[in-house]
Amino acid sequence: MEVSRQPISAASSDSPAGVSGDSRLRVQSLSARQMLRGAEVRGANPGLHPDQEGVTAPHQGAALEGAAFERHVEERVLTTTLERAVAWARSNSFFPATFGLACCAIEMMSIVAARVDVARFGFEAFRASPRQADLLILSGRVSIKMAPVIRRIYDQMLEPKWAISMGACCSSMGVFNNYALVPADKFMPIDVHVPGCPPRPEALMHGVLKLRSMVQDDPATGWRTRYGAVGTEEVVPTPGDEQGRAVAVDVFRRGS
Amino acid sequence: MPDATGLELIAQELQANDAVGAAGVLEREHVRGRAALTIEVGCLRAVLEQLRAGGFSFLASVHGLDYYPEEPRLGVQYELLDMEGRDRITIKVRVSTESPEVDSVTPDWPTADHQEREVHDMFGVLFRGHPDLRRILMPEDYVGHPQRRDFPVGGEPVLFTYNDTNELGSPE
Amino acid sequence: MSSTSEYRRREQSITLAPLEEQLETNWGGPRQSQELLTLNMGPHHPATHGVLRLLVTLQGEVVHEVKPIIGYVHTGIEKTAEDKSYWKVIPVVERMDYLSYYFNAMSYCGAVEQLLELEVPKRAQYLRVIHLELNRIMSHLVWLGTSALDLGAISVFWYCFRERETILDLFEMSSGQRMHTRYFQVGGVIEDLPRGFEEKLRAFLRVMPERADQYAALLRSNEIVLQRLRGTCPLGADELLALGVTGPLLRAAGRPWDLRKATPYSSYEDFDFKIPVGTVGDNYDRFAVRLAEIYESVKIVEQALDGLPEGPHITPDRKISLPPRHELATSMEALIHHFKLVTEGFRVPAGEAYFPIESPRGELGCFVRSDGSSKPARVHMRDPSFVNLQALSRMVEGSYVADLVATVAMLDPILGGIDR
Repeated sequence: MEVSRQPISAASSDSPAGVSGDSRLRVQSLSARQMLRGAEVRGANPGLHPDQEGVTAPHQGAALEGAAFERHVEERVLTTTLERAVAWARSNSFFPATFGLACCAIEMMSIVAARVDVARFGFEAFRASPRQADLLILSGRVSIKMAPVIRRIYDQMLEPKWAISMGACCSSMGVFNNYALVPADKFMPIDVHVPGCPPRPEALMHGVLKLRSMVQDDPATGWRTRYGAVGTEEVVPTPGDEQGRAVAVDVFRRGS
Repeated sequence: MPDATGLELIAQELQANDAVGAAGVLEREHVRGRAALTIEVGCLRAVLEQLRAGGFSFLASVHGLDYYPEEPRLGVQYELLDMEGRDRITIKVRVSTESPEVDSVTPDWPTADHQEREVHDMFGVLFRGHPDLRRILMPEDYVGHPQRRDFPVGGEPVLFTYNDTNELGSPE
Repeated sequence: MSSTSEYRRREQSITLAPLEEQLETNWGGPRQSQELLTLNMGPHHPATHGVLRLLVTLQGEVVHEVKPIIGYVHTGIEKTAEDKSYWKVIPVVERMDYLSYYFNAMSYCGAVEQLLELEVPKRAQYLRVIHLELNRIMSHLVWLGTSALDLGAISVFWYCFRERETILDLFEMSSGQRMHTRYFQVGGVIEDLPRGFEEKLRAFLRVMPERADQYAALLRSNEIVLQRLRGTCPLGADELLALGVTGPLLRAAGRPWDLRKATPYSSYEDFDFKIPVGTVGDNYDRFAVRLAEIYESVKIVEQALDGLPEGPHITPDRKISLPPRHELATSMEALIHHFKLVTEGFRVPAGEAYFPIESPRGELGCFVRSDGSSKPARVHMRDPSFVNLQALSRMVEGSYVADLVATVAMLDPILGGIDR
């Protein structure tokens, strides 16, 4: 294999169409500056998860100097590339959980169907068990009886996990603003809300793809960074702890 | 639907029954093609049995309603269907909220099982003799009977910027 | 099928008798309680159609008892409906039985029209019939797709949803929405058919019977489908009637009861169609009856389209229905009527009405009580799935868990209608 070296200014003839050598250099320097922007002393924000240390808001932090700067650059470049690769893989292989509640579930079934084919994007593997799923598409109205069940299922999912609230009923209260419903934001964190009653399959697809671009391009957006949270945790009810919880019902009890 | 004379005949037959008596049938209505009899709460099962013998062998629906502010407030209605004669008739009973007890017809008509549980859940009517009277739609430990007219509709206030107090919820 | 009955004979020859004897001699205690296992299926479960929770008491693999627990999608629709004007109730009530939304709207509008003593124009009745039967086909297609999914025949799901997309295109053409279309209004339908609807509908009707033949060919003689459905969980017509079951479940048991024929509403008496009826009442008959109903619905839509009369698409009574937009510019009364209808709504004289229709799952009746104001005092839907669910425990007593899954699929419960 022959390697040829050419000075940048003479490389304009064989650079990709429309990008001259100068502007390519500019592109490179811009992305380096972007990577270095917000270089912060490590450990300044202990609330961040170790994975998230490299990901900071652009306008925060002071510039580093000298050796710390170089170390930061090394780590940042490696971490960013690795993170981006992992984010790309995660975003292109969501495993949605089979979770249909009401009318929106029928439109969710429509995205699995042939016209709006979710398998084009790799999301056709709907898993029945929440342990194997990473995307919860809440499709339908959430009643007060169902809310703790949904929360339990969401807790059972392993990190990283995302939730899409499909339809007006779980995003806000939808058509029915009454005693029996609760909006999903009240008991679990939602990443994408898809409006509609029911949203067209194309609209849900748009929401799923928006989530994909969120996960792929900018994992820092969303509730995790905003609240400084790592994730959620599963609460396993202990046998003696029934204070404030709905008591499990002995359904074979007779009479009222 | 039996016509007005048919309804009158049915009412008279019911009153001729000892279990029902003349005071059993409180009211007859034949309005807009619907035949309804309001009967005394105590003779409910006897009335339904006699109607079953008269051909109305299918209990289509048991539902409740709240007649607030008229007293007695709570009503339970039984829609009966005669499949041979293509007839429908409605039996209505009224109870008050202080003593909302009605005999359960589930032993005679198994279809009334879940439907009476729903009336109990939503209105608070107690069905004597029901095999398993629990809440069916609301959570088991819910307090209140939602479909009574004095129960608030409830719901969440719609959040606009002026009443959104949650800092985390407001845009940065 | 001699092989089927032999299989069943071999199955039934395996009993727990030797094991029970051993248990009794060894432990001497009550052996029933040691055998029973209570299993919780749902509410989040891939094979319960919606958020249905089943407490199944098993003896080995044999189902001893099933207790359905519902209420996980209870939306308080009936309470919400008391808060809205009569025409605003229609979109709320449509969302109950969310696969047969036209039927919900039809029974509610029928009840209100009965209270108003309003006559619906003939053209509106035929348009209603067309949309109702298309909705029936669509509901049966979704049922077929998801039931085949439960049985393991996953490909059928995609085929059925292909046809469903065509039907939803037709709905979108006539009303602008795929689901929950608000097309039926009190007094008729909200809009007449657009141009191009008839051609598209005729093309669909030409294609649908062949497609239904394809689905039948995939499933009807399939050995696995036969063994799973034939002979499993039968229930006789008398028991079904005692439990209040109507619809395809009752027809599968041999009783030809269909409200479209028995007490026709909305011009169903003008159409010539048959009612498919089963013989034994097992799961296979329920499956075959629904499959055959698709063909009959296609026939009804064809006849309705051929005989579609001219006329208004909604009642001309301007106290009930909105005046056409072009009149608002010229007529003062039209403007006043429009204002009154949109702000307050129309008032309905006091009374009660119960309007039953034949939905894809059985008798769907709407009870409306009016107290003379512009909002209903009580709206209640007698939902067929709610009543049919009571038959589940009687059907699956003594059969296997796999048969339970197949029976829930054949029962076609829609939890939105059950929980309302």
